[in-house]
Amino acid sequence: MEDSFAVEVCDVTKVFPGPAGRPGSEVTAVDHVTLQIRDGEFFSMLGPSGCGKTTTLRMIAGFEHPTEGEIYIHGRPMGLTPPYQRNTNMVFQNYALFPHMTIARNIAFGLEMKKVPRGEIERRVQEALEMVRLAGYGPRRPNQLSGGQQQRIALARALVNRPEVLLLDEPLGALDLKLRKEMQLELKTLQKEVGITFVYVTHDQEEALTMSDRIAVMHQGKVLQVGTPTEIYERPNCRFVADFIGETNFLDGIVREQDGDRVTVVVDEALPLMVQTDRPLERGRQVTVAVRPEKIRLLPQPARGEHNSFPCRVEQMVYVGTDTRFRVRLSDRVVLSVREQNVVSAPSATAYYSEGSGPVYAAWLIEAGRLLLD
Amino acid sequence: MTAATATPKKRTLLDAIRRWPGLQTLVLISPSLFWLTLFFALPLLIVFVCSFLKRGPYGQILWELDFTRLFDPLYLKVFVRQFSLNNYARFFDPLYLKIFVRSFKIAGITTLLCFLLGYPMAYWIATRPARWRNTLLLLIMIPFWTNFLVRTYAWILILRDTGLINNLLLSLGLIHHPLPLFGNDLAIVIGLVYGWFPDMVLPCYAAIERLDFSLVEAAQDLYANEVRSFWRVIFPLTLPGVIAGSMLVFIPSLGAYVTPDLLGGAKSVMIGNVIQSQFLTVRDYPFGSAFSFVLMALMLLATLIYFRTARRTL
Amino acid sequence: MEANASTPVARTLPLSRVARRGSRLGQMIRAGITLSGLWGYLFLYAPIIVLVVFSFNASRFVTAWGGVSLRWYRELFKDAAMMAALKNSLIVAVVSTAISTLFGTMVSLAMERRQFPGKLAFDALLYLPIIIPDIAMAVMLLLFFVMVHIDLSLVTIIISHVAFNISFVSVVVRARLVGFDRSLEEAAQDLGANELQTFWYVTLPLLMPGILGGALLAFTLSLDDFVITFFTAGVGSTTLPLRIYSMVKLGITPEINAISTLLVLASMTLLLLSLLIQRRGGGSVVEIG
Repeated sequence: MEDSFAVEVCDVTKVFPGPAGRPGSEVTAVDHVTLQIRDGEFFSMLGPSGCGKTTTLRMIAGFEHPTEGEIYIHGRPMGLTPPYQRNTNMVFQNYALFPHMTIARNIAFGLEMKKVPRGEIERRVQEALEMVRLAGYGPRRPNQLSGGQQQRIALARALVNRPEVLLLDEPLGALDLKLRKEMQLELKTLQKEVGITFVYVTHDQEEALTMSDRIAVMHQGKVLQVGTPTEIYERPNCRFVADFIGETNFLDGIVREQDGDRVTVVVDEALPLMVQTDRPLERGRQVTVAVRPEKIRLLPQPARGEHNSFPCRVEQMVYVGTDTRFRVRLSDRVVLSVREQNVVSAPSATAYYSEGSGPVYAAWLIEAGRLLLD
Repeated sequence: MTAATATPKKRTLLDAIRRWPGLQTLVLISPSLFWLTLFFALPLLIVFVCSFLKRGPYGQILWELDFTRLFDPLYLKVFVRQFSLNNYARFFDPLYLKIFVRSFKIAGITTLLCFLLGYPMAYWIATRPARWRNTLLLLIMIPFWTNFLVRTYAWILILRDTGLINNLLLSLGLIHHPLPLFGNDLAIVIGLVYGWFPDMVLPCYAAIERLDFSLVEAAQDLYANEVRSFWRVIFPLTLPGVIAGSMLVFIPSLGAYVTPDLLGGAKSVMIGNVIQSQFLTVRDYPFGSAFSFVLMALMLLATLIYFRTARRTL
Repeated sequence: MEANASTPVARTLPLSRVARRGSRLGQMIRAGITLSGLWGYLFLYAPIIVLVVFSFNASRFVTAWGGVSLRWYRELFKDAAMMAALKNSLIVAVVSTAISTLFGTMVSLAMERRQFPGKLAFDALLYLPIIIPDIAMAVMLLLFFVMVHIDLSLVTIIISHVAFNISFVSVVVRARLVGFDRSLEEAAQDLGANELQTFWYVTLPLLMPGILGGALLAFTLSLDDFVITFFTAGVGSTTLPLRIYSMVKLGITPEINAISTLLVLASMTLLLLSLLIQRRGGGSVVEIG
């Protein structure tokens, strides 16, 4: 692997001054963020609005400069370099196509700025249009295109310059669901074809999970976790990540004892469950165990083997086509969300249980639980 | 990477401009700042100062300032003696008081008539289908912005004794002597209403258009008929627009000059005419300045009222 | 009184709907409103129509009809003083428009995009020429020129026109800047254009409808201006409105109708152009005051 990453964000902080310089009203949009983005990877920054992901992206592009820290692109420190001197290109959220220029001129713009010879410009513009499957649209104007088409032109306009890094700021946000799903796959395929590093910003976790090689989950200016989609989903390292991605059940409890990598946690003073961990924990420590709803099964008797099983009562059952959602109560204060796939045409569990019936056992593999320490 | 195609000297200037946005801002505002300060703010100041001075026997302004002697208390006394409130005191002369009163009266009547004419018109436009409204407004604005002098002159043709209206009525035998429609306060009011009622229509339209009509329907559901629902619901809610429009009519009417000059008679003098005669005929610049300044103060006051009440809700 | 069931809350619809209510009173009121609407337009355009009609009046007596004729227009072009006044008006209008459009655009960019100390005060200074009464501004400029011993001439007229036109141009251009999509400029920079290139290739073309609209407005205002010009013009620098005024004072002649018609039609055309350019460039109709 190369020594230098495609993009390296080194302990970057960005503070915006408050309105009219009122002291104490500054906003720390990005708080000591460090990221290392590898060459050729599809890297996403994921988080709710205001988490700093867009600000970080804009700092990579050069529209903002870090208050502290440094950004490197292929090993070169960016400093205060303005955007037009960086080898990055951005796809904007609202596409930002120049309304007073034709599509061809839009795409050619970056090449014209770099004084590429006329003939080559025309050739590359044609290539770019073909790449996004809009060949022949050159003479049209942006306002004659649909949202999805505009988005692809914005992409072409950026890629035609062969940047070192392509930055995408929630480019699919304005598209309807079906189109969005199509474009997600297209973008992913395109990225693999072209081989350029993509840095993608989104608040849609499904989108990030679908497209990315690696994801950085951000919240309130900080990076909480960086990992592959699998790592992020299966092994969240904190409550926020576990909660933000997919659905999670959180069980708060106290450590009772530890045996190697197995810890017994007592939840709600009466429910002992086992969970895996790789660190030593002292007795009495407060922890949270996270279990995803699809990892839990409902059985007529306790499961055998490496399982946690608890008797519970089915409080609610909702049929949603592909699966059935249950809400089961383990005790006065502990309620779990359970998701069972409808493997047979009727919800499998209704063969055994309807609301309010029992006894039912909620069971999950010990290794399916995750210990969170915040 | 952009190549440095400019000569080295030019590059540093451009670099400097780019590096310090403050310098850019300065370059952008300096021409206008210079022009407005020299040819607007400074003249304003001059008028203000001049209003406290006296007029000399040959029509010049009595004004003497020797900077080198400013610290001499004797000279200072003489210098300060040049200023006085005489000009302002003269406003209380019944001759001028009458003019002030007349100007207010005319401006007030004009405003009232503009409201009576303009508000229903605004209402009518607001109740047309949406795609017509902009055009209808355009049709009002365009004549409004054309030559005021010429449009006022047209009223001479219409209103005077041998003018259009009188000719028509005389030839129809409806009257035997020409109606005095010209050379008096009535003509001035007609001219002013004509000139300024579009300035009433626009703010009223904006306020009416913004009205949430379900409130009117609620009123009517509660047994109010059209008249009642107008007075108790529509009018109060559109009042900010009415106030804005009133100010936009009253202010220029108060300072009217061309209209009374062309349409009024020797007896229908308004503030604007006094200022003109002081400056161009009598050449009492200090007195004219005082008049002018009072006019501007009244304008400022009315503008402040406008900003306070109307702008907040509009 | 009707029962209003599930009516949509669309505001435009109910307004017209109310106008169609059945009661007698409602109908009368509705008729009255329509009447006042139409009468307003009549009132507004009648004097202009009178001017136009009588400019073609063959008779010398201004309000007695003598048949259609172009006589007075022909007289106009033979009138040397009138032609000189026209020339002066055009010179003043062109020069003052050029200067005020340049300065006005520059200052608009600064006001809408930059912060600087004293911005609020400067903003007020920019708006003052618009709200100040004509006569006040006229005498203050006259006094200034007198005190500074500048002779009145075409130049002083130009100076005065620029003084108020900067503000009008800036209102139009600023309106256009307010809704400007900054991400377009960022995109240009991202694609390799530096600040100057971004301005030239993206900002300026998109701003052009506003700039042209402002320029046309300034031109019209300069052409039509009377009061300020009256006070700041020197002997021999008569503009068209001044000439018209002196003709009116001397005695009504039919020539006045002809030149007035031309002036009004010219102004209206220019204004229409200004608004259309602004509209076509994607802006909304600008309302001043």
